Amino acid sequence: MTALPALAPAYPELWLALSAMALLMLGVFRGDGATRLVSWLSVAALAVTVLLITMQPAETVTTFGGLFVVDGFGRFAKVLILLGSAFSIILSLGYIRYERMERFEYPVLILLASTGMLMMVSANDLIALYLGLELQSLSLYVLAAFKRDSGRATEAGLKYFVLGALSSGMLLYGASMIYGFAGSTGFPQIAQILSQGALVGGQASIGLVVGIVFLTAGLAFKVSAVPFHMWTPDVYEGAPTPVTAFFAVAPKIAAMALFVRAILTPFGEIAHEWQQIIIVVSALSMLLGAFAAIAQSNIKRLMAYSSIGHVGYALIGLAAGTEEGVRGILIYLAIYLAMNVGTFAIILCMRQKDQMVEGVNDLAGLAKTHPGMALLLAAFMFSLAGVPPMAGFFGKFYIFMAAINAGLYTLAVIGVLSSVVGAYYYLRIVKLMYFDETAEPLAKPVRGELGAVMTVTGLFTMLFFIWPAPLLSMAATAARALFP
Amino acid sequence: MPLLSIVTFLPLVGAAFIFLARGPEEIVARNARSVALWTTTITFLVSLLIWLNFDNSTAAFQFVEKVDWIGAGINYHMGVDGISMLFVILTTFLMPFCILASWESIETRVKEYMIAFLVMETLMIGVFCALDLVLFYLMFEAGLIPMFLIIGIWGGKRRIYASFKFFLYTLLGSVLLLLALLYMYFIAGTTDIPSLMKTGLFSAQAQTWLWLAFFASFAVKMPMWPVHTWLPDAHVEAPTAGSVILAAVLLKMGGYGFLRFSLPMFPIASEYFAPFVFTLSVIAIVYASLVALVQEDMKKLIAYSSVAHMGFVTMGIFALNTQGVEGAIFQMLSHGIVSGALFLCVGVVYDRLHTREIARYGGLASNMPKYAAVFMLFTMANVGLPGTGGFVGELLTLVGAFQANTWVALIATSGVILAAAYALYLYRRIVFGELTKADLKAMVDLSPREIAIFAPLVIMTLWMGIYPAPFFDVMAASVKHLLDQHQTALAAAKAIATAAR
Repeated sequence: MTALPALAPAYPELWLALSAMALLMLGVFRGDGATRLVSWLSVAALAVTVLLITMQPAETVTTFGGLFVVDGFGRFAKVLILLGSAFSIILSLGYIRYERMERFEYPVLILLASTGMLMMVSANDLIALYLGLELQSLSLYVLAAFKRDSGRATEAGLKYFVLGALSSGMLLYGASMIYGFAGSTGFPQIAQILSQGALVGGQASIGLVVGIVFLTAGLAFKVSAVPFHMWTPDVYEGAPTPVTAFFAVAPKIAAMALFVRAILTPFGEIAHEWQQIIIVVSALSMLLGAFAAIAQSNIKRLMAYSSIGHVGYALIGLAAGTEEGVRGILIYLAIYLAMNVGTFAIILCMRQKDQMVEGVNDLAGLAKTHPGMALLLAAFMFSLAGVPPMAGFFGKFYIFMAAINAGLYTLAVIGVLSSVVGAYYYLRIVKLMYFDETAEPLAKPVRGELGAVMTVTGLFTMLFFIWPAPLLSMAATAARALFP
Repeated sequence: MPLLSIVTFLPLVGAAFIFLARGPEEIVARNARSVALWTTTITFLVSLLIWLNFDNSTAAFQFVEKVDWIGAGINYHMGVDGISMLFVILTTFLMPFCILASWESIETRVKEYMIAFLVMETLMIGVFCALDLVLFYLMFEAGLIPMFLIIGIWGGKRRIYASFKFFLYTLLGSVLLLLALLYMYFIAGTTDIPSLMKTGLFSAQAQTWLWLAFFASFAVKMPMWPVHTWLPDAHVEAPTAGSVILAAVLLKMGGYGFLRFSLPMFPIASEYFAPFVFTLSVIAIVYASLVALVQEDMKKLIAYSSVAHMGFVTMGIFALNTQGVEGAIFQMLSHGIVSGALFLCVGVVYDRLHTREIARYGGLASNMPKYAAVFMLFTMANVGLPGTGGFVGELLTLVGAFQANTWVALIATSGVILAAAYALYLYRRIVFGELTKADLKAMVDLSPREIAIFAPLVIMTLWMGIYPAPFFDVMAASVKHLLDQHQTALAAAKAIATAAR
């Protein structure tokens, strides 16, 4: 009989899993009428989780036989993920009632997905990684198809499921190759084996490289980087809007954090083996994100391509493979969270005559009918385009700084040039709102919680430049944890 | 007292007041106008304190403020020297006229318009005061947002095309500057401009790349041939005050950038690329002047003349001698006032007839004598007639260029003649001739408000032409320091090269 592993490092995850189950029970007993209550309680549960995470000691701790690691990097990413989940639940409150999909499983599924994401971030082993990833993914598949009566939503869910399963398969195959050639599934163990001479003349064995390639492909799927991005526009467009908002934020951050840890911790020694893959994936994502979004007329599809582009930028930090790169990624993700949540809060306000609309052109003349909302959306768009003084500029700034310091000049040039192309379609939205006349104005009242979310994120985006130091230093501390 | 920060952020305070204004549209519009006018006037008066307390004898940065901002060598660092101070004054001086010029011609969304202008003013002053590269970049780039909106919302028929072209062109230039900035930060560990000016930080090869990246940004902003094509579009479509700001201040950021960054930080590359800049400059002077000759649109004509005049500026800067650099700075200042005034002149008739087509006008001298006189003065200043501000700068840049390269000076001088041709031709077609059209006959002369706008500009133009010494006194020490540094850096580089051999 072995002793129980130390549970303290996993308290936040345990709390979240238990509260998800408790809320599920509550929902079952109280019925769908309790959705609002369950939603707010879920937000509270997420808030408590954030509290538990911030109360954890600052050092790096492993438990469950080294499968599970808690460090500064993980804590930073987890807080972002939990914020993203909480915002998504708040954003969905009005929508799910309005669209008659008010079922209590909705917030519970988000909680379960969040639990999976926390697991992903803390995974210190290929098997733990897979467990977290699947818990997250299965919840997300259901969420995508949550609007059961909508053909598009169920199609999106099915597409996501099939492609997601495929990518999980690739990831597993890669993991098995790595295990076969390195002899361990634990990240630190693999790193140790590699540094102890599994390398022949500085080269890793070819089987290991194949394993890394498959692992990278699977992870690129999850972060929707080119060339594994195909599912993104369809799923974003088909899924109910608050679900899309959720997809755009929390799982992206989780997958990105996982990507960083799963590549850097075990394979940091052999950066030359995978760096070129990340460089190509990053460059292609930025370019595709910039060019493909130009032609989009559906705003959710546009945001999908925009997110592909942003993943490309974040991956620059990974390609650099340095502490600065990781810091850049974390700053980028934090700012990306605010911009995207805010933008989706505004997209959720797009209604004409009791009907949700998603056309980019429906925003025409917004500056006249909803001046405040137009101002915020303009700020988000300039921020996404990376124009100073908006927060998005600082995200790009630190990413490019890492690239320059790592000598990735070509990638940096591709990055800034594609950001100019990308600026075009963000500007197009500003143009529609400010320069064009209204065809049919959007419905007037903006729900309280949506207004609050967009104001908070908007103020963060606009005023970040005044006092950026706290976030920057937190991200720096977090990044340091990955490079002991 | 943090004078520079006060001057920089005063307009923002005014903008905040306007932003908070609520009530019926008409009253809000009226309040917005007067708040904007008061804010800009007070800003100008406060900015005069900078000049009054400015020490002409030193090349060091004055009124320096340094506060922790981002950390790790990136600070909120402000300060002016003899090169930047006058640009600050130029900006604050012109802003009240921009507000006055928009008094009646802007009827829709007055509140937003005034906010955009005041934010713009803050950013423009910030660009000239910033002593930190990141702060500079932030202000430099952020200025695109209000200008994009000014052109796009209150512009003419093709305003959307023009605003996009303006934004994307400028952005394309400046993102490369961002990469160069990051590289410099990587090498030097700081983005503090005075520290970066210390010579010998960057190798000759690095300088080449950095110079090119900075050049991409400033050449677009300037604008230099062949990346000038956004300017005529932006000028034509922008509202009058937008054109004034664009021509008078935004274009100067390019020249200022060369003086602040390219010359002192990359001396070897500046020397190396001087012939390249000369070539582009003379092409700009001759080509833009010829293009200006055939324009049918008043604003487009003045826009091309701006391109030509900026050719003199770049030529003077890269002559790399006292006359050239001082002439270039002076030319920028006088061009700021003269071209601004010319756009205001166009605005006067545009407000009355709502067309900028030159052929629609003619014979205005008989019913608008005051206007004809004012327009005459600024046309002459644009040509570079002695006694006006335009002459001094052009002469000095030509003298400077002559010392550096005779051929360049020779070709550039032909630009002066071409300038006389297009400017006088424009003047003849608008002001002289038979007054035949009925709607032209009905046009009234300058209103008191318009006279109030033009009078100070007339005085400034004549002052700069007749007694330019105060301006040169301000810049002399800084320019001398700049060129001395440049020579030292070149000598050092040469010594290293010889030693290596």
